[in-house]
Amino acid sequence: MGYAALRWLFFLLIVKPFLLLAVGVNVRRRDRLPAAGPALIVANHNSHLDALVLMALLPLWLLPRLRPVASADYFLSNRWRAWFATRVIGIIPVTAGGGCSHADVLGPVRDALAAGDIVIFFPEGTRGEPERLGKLKTGIVWLVQQVPNLPIYPVRLHGLGKVLPKGDWLPVPFFCDAWVGEPLRWRGDRRQFLTALAASLGG
Amino acid sequence: MSIALTSPVMMILGGVWALLALATAVVWWLAPAPESELRQRIRSWWLIVALCSLALAFSRAAALVFFGLVSFLALKEYLTLIPTRQTDRRVLFWAYLSIPVQYFWIGIEWYGMFIIFIPVYLFLLLPVAMVLSGETQGYLRAAGTLHWGLMSMVFSLSHLAYLLVLPEGEYPQVSGPGLVLFLLLLTELNDVAQYCWGKLLGKHKISPTVSPNKTVEGFVGGVLTTVPLAALLAPWLTPFSVLDSLLAGALIAVAGFFGDLSLSALKRDLGIKDSGNLLPGHGGILDRVDSLTYTAPLFFHFTRYYYF
Repeated sequence: MGYAALRWLFFLLIVKPFLLLAVGVNVRRRDRLPAAGPALIVANHNSHLDALVLMALLPLWLLPRLRPVASADYFLSNRWRAWFATRVIGIIPVTAGGGCSHADVLGPVRDALAAGDIVIFFPEGTRGEPERLGKLKTGIVWLVQQVPNLPIYPVRLHGLGKVLPKGDWLPVPFFCDAWVGEPLRWRGDRRQFLTALAASLGG
Repeated sequence: MSIALTSPVMMILGGVWALLALATAVVWWLAPAPESELRQRIRSWWLIVALCSLALAFSRAAALVFFGLVSFLALKEYLTLIPTRQTDRRVLFWAYLSIPVQYFWIGIEWYGMFIIFIPVYLFLLLPVAMVLSGETQGYLRAAGTLHWGLMSMVFSLSHLAYLLVLPEGEYPQVSGPGLVLFLLLLTELNDVAQYCWGKLLGKHKISPTVSPNKTVEGFVGGVLTTVPLAALLAPWLTPFSVLDSLLAGALIAVAGFFGDLSLSALKRDLGIKDSGNLLPGHGGILDRVDSLTYTAPLFFHFTRYYYF
């Protein structure tokens, strides 16, 4: 597995030092994060850095099990980006919208969870305005119903939309926060679940 | 470029470690709860003392990198706290880049550039970059707050580092690290002394609207502790006469007090208690370097004017 080594080096030599020095993420309640899969980590989404920050929150030895869900339209749009996103980062590419069923879109995510991976998922679907939680899409509800007793770890991110906002390529240093919330589970009530999730993501 | 460490610096650093060990014993006895604020504060002091000792003992380059990092963290904390405009992202990026440049002037001992780079060139050029973006809404506030941050966190703090390269020849017994140690030690001990005297005897609030914890008794106790301490340390670390060492002690005590108050006013204005949480028990890095932003430039110019 040459790519596993590449991913490990990328995080050890580039992502971790960058997050430590240029960003400075202050993590609260890291102890709540999962030690093994299957698990779903969900967060609010404002920046391309979000997935990297969430991956860096977990110990390096879990890296091969971490799979951020990301838009195929964007990340597979050219060969190099696709190679980097799928091989080095290890994303699960999904194509949203277009009248497809949840099973068509999120099938690969369900399969990764079934295989015991720790999946990183942004229930807003896309990067929104900094520090404002957008409407949660229904994909998350479908997904948590597919894997019985799946633990869901909400992480609220703050400040990364200032470091690297949508539509910009130049990161500017600011301190950021990541709050790991109380783990949630699907209890059969869609509205209750979405309300609790939105509350723990700062909505 | 390695600094020839004169033995007084080593001895006083040793004394600092011993003092901290003593303080640790006292605090462990006073505050038995393992996560009490006082214990966290002592733990952070160990980190600060260890890093400063390493930076001062290793080499001039290491010390410059270390103080540059302190400036970077302080500026980053400041820019995280204040409101900034999204249109100024690139300007803020240039502002960060000025830190290695400012410490580079110190490294090559170009005093003329060191002293005007931020107050003149950046003062004029960063607003140009803002103007070119075309956004006028909030222009004065953006330009003013950015310059205040650069002056405090980069220009003022970098005076600490310029002390490293000051002594050349005239006073063979005085070393740059010695002057830095003198300033750092007195500034921080003055903070601690003010806090302790205030806790012990504090009655009359000195500035109730800015910082309700500051008292006349704490301030006077700080001055009365720092001035004799300065006279005690000066023969080891500085070229000062007795009178000048007393003056330097008083300058550090008073300036440190106002540096502290100035940052308290900033935090009040922004409606926050601590500037961050980089140093558990202290708050953020601004909570620790606030006094230094005043003492460093004032002590530097006092020393340079009279001795170098």
